[in-house]
Amino acid sequence: MKIERLKTDLLIIGGGTAGCYAAITAAKANATNNAANNAADLKILIVEKANIKRSGCLAAGVNALNAYITEGRTPKDYVEYAKKDADGIVREDLLYSISEKFNEVTAHLEKLGLVILKDKDGKYVTRGNRNIKINGENIKPILADAVKKLDNVTVLNHVNIFDFSVHNNKINGAFGFGIENDTFYAIEAGAVIIATGGAAGLYRPNNPGFSRHKMWYPPFNTGAGYAMGIRHGAEMTTFEMRFIALRCKDTIAPTGTLAQGVGAKQVNALGDVYETKYGISTSERVYGTVAENLEGRGPCYLRTVGISAEQEESLLKAYLNMAPSQTIRWLENETPSKANVEIEGTEPYIVGGHTASGYWVDTKRATTIEGLYAAGDVAGGAPQKYVTGALAEGEIAAKSAVSYIEGLSALRLIRQAHQPAQGPDVQFKVAEPAEATIKEGEVAEHVAEIKKFLDPRGDEDGDTAERLEEEMQAAMDAYAGGIQTSYRYSENQLAVALEKIEGIEARTNSLHADDFQELMYIYELKERLTVCKSVIAHLAARKETRWHSFAENSDYPEKDNEHFRKYVNSRLENGKIKIILRELTAEGQRTYEHQH
Amino acid sequence: MSISIDQNVCIGCGKCHDVCPGTLIKINENKKAFIKYPKDCWGCTSCIKECPVHAIRFFLGEDIGGKGSKVHTEKVNGLVRWIVEFPDGRVKSIDIDPKESNKY
Repeated sequence: MKIERLKTDLLIIGGGTAGCYAAITAAKANATNNAANNAADLKILIVEKANIKRSGCLAAGVNALNAYITEGRTPKDYVEYAKKDADGIVREDLLYSISEKFNEVTAHLEKLGLVILKDKDGKYVTRGNRNIKINGENIKPILADAVKKLDNVTVLNHVNIFDFSVHNNKINGAFGFGIENDTFYAIEAGAVIIATGGAAGLYRPNNPGFSRHKMWYPPFNTGAGYAMGIRHGAEMTTFEMRFIALRCKDTIAPTGTLAQGVGAKQVNALGDVYETKYGISTSERVYGTVAENLEGRGPCYLRTVGISAEQEESLLKAYLNMAPSQTIRWLENETPSKANVEIEGTEPYIVGGHTASGYWVDTKRATTIEGLYAAGDVAGGAPQKYVTGALAEGEIAAKSAVSYIEGLSALRLIRQAHQPAQGPDVQFKVAEPAEATIKEGEVAEHVAEIKKFLDPRGDEDGDTAERLEEEMQAAMDAYAGGIQTSYRYSENQLAVALEKIEGIEARTNSLHADDFQELMYIYELKERLTVCKSVIAHLAARKETRWHSFAENSDYPEKDNEHFRKYVNSRLENGKIKIILRELTAEGQRTYEHQH
Repeated sequence: MSISIDQNVCIGCGKCHDVCPGTLIKINENKKAFIKYPKDCWGCTSCIKECPVHAIRFFLGEDIGGKGSKVHTEKVNGLVRWIVEFPDGRVKSIDIDPKESNKY
């Protein structure tokens, strides 16, 4: 194993939607500031565990931009929509800050090359009140190409970050390893943006066999960013607001395109339209389907029989651009004009782009760890973010991080005095930095842990990461409100879940990896287990049922506005998860004081 | 659902390996690509779009309604052509113009 030390000004962990846009924004903000101050370029480094060309949520593409302020609407309308959908548990300040940027980032995406449908007057064609139609198959390559053009941005692909370096609640950088080059990395940074996405794979998936990864959310998003923050004592919010997607059965393909595109209604096996009976918020749409099945009126479908040949052809194409499995399934079985599309709820995910789970941040996207900013699905408080919200948060976090770095006056003085004209490569590969913020002892400790996993174990039939992952998913499914219990849980069940998760966690110490890909699987399992414990603690703490299915508490089946119109937050203190209830933002509030 | 790579066609360029969001594709000693973790495929089809010689096929597992068809894409006159080869020998193509937006 090689050991490499790197040094950068801004480290962006995760090169997905938010991370790439953060790099683009940081480079631009820095260039503007430099023109005024005649200062040197900031070094920006993206570290991505796959390859930014197709990593993150948008690997296959996306069918629409679902967060856009259409003509006649205002950012306030969007905030109200998101607030209503989450039954009040949102940060209005955060929602305003992204809603006000939706259209600006959309225009920028179009400039970068995204195809957006326009009418004869050159206006975007809308789908409903908040969506615009695009060809988003190549949205991720478009963002990656824009990043590659930036001189002061370096991308390290295939490097998995697994821990932060934090001293006195200030971040100094991060630790990772190359999946393909057997290299350990210690990366010092002036500021860090965490943009690793949410967490899939905590719960047993819909198709646990051969197609176990045919899931809604990227199976490679393992909650790394949440886990690293949790372990270093960052305050986290609303992990109990899980996200469950209502999807086409088996392929787990989107249903919104059918509902909004061809007006398909949710019907039960008797042919009755049931969606109006349960409400149309995101969680109610899932709950209605669960309830109809429990009442014996399943299976449930989206009614597509009778759509025109032209509509069907457009659907086949639309799904090829975002979820090709569905088109193939139609072609191999019956097409949507001939057979209704069966729907089901997925397993629960933790994802701050759709619900409010994640880092507790201020409007600058500063977390409670100094120098650490969060953007995209890893940042909490602002649900219904979608692609444009992730871009907007990437932009906000980048501007904040650049200001923070430039504000470190000592760093700036050093840079002005000692910075010759260097290419990005020269700045990297610092062997023995004189004033290292990451200490040798820290490096040695992390390297020793990795070596322990790589050393032969002499017990080849022992636990594997795969087996423990399946045990974890089974425990969460049965005892923490998975598909098996129709998403319901009780305090007694959650106690069993915690006991099982802690038992599995203890066994991770004796895991063995044959190579660095398997090493990544061990760390991903550990990340998921850390997130599971926080999810269990949050589910237990919200003693009410505010969102059906998302947090269906059997002990407290009713909503309790008196006690739980609050954010449920948490922080790890002395190894224990401490729950903190915080007051909601007031109507129209644009800032929220939060304690560092 | 997963992919299969025809090693008789693969030229070992490594583009599929580079782009897979799960780093599931590896290159063997004969410089041919193979999927090391077929159950971990998300089905994003990124590899298929990268492959310059159309060596990669996508398929649905039987557990999610797959019937043995194999799918790949080719670029034809600026269009993306999706080609579905059914087990009975039938072939269906759907052309998508990347410059055109989705209708829905």
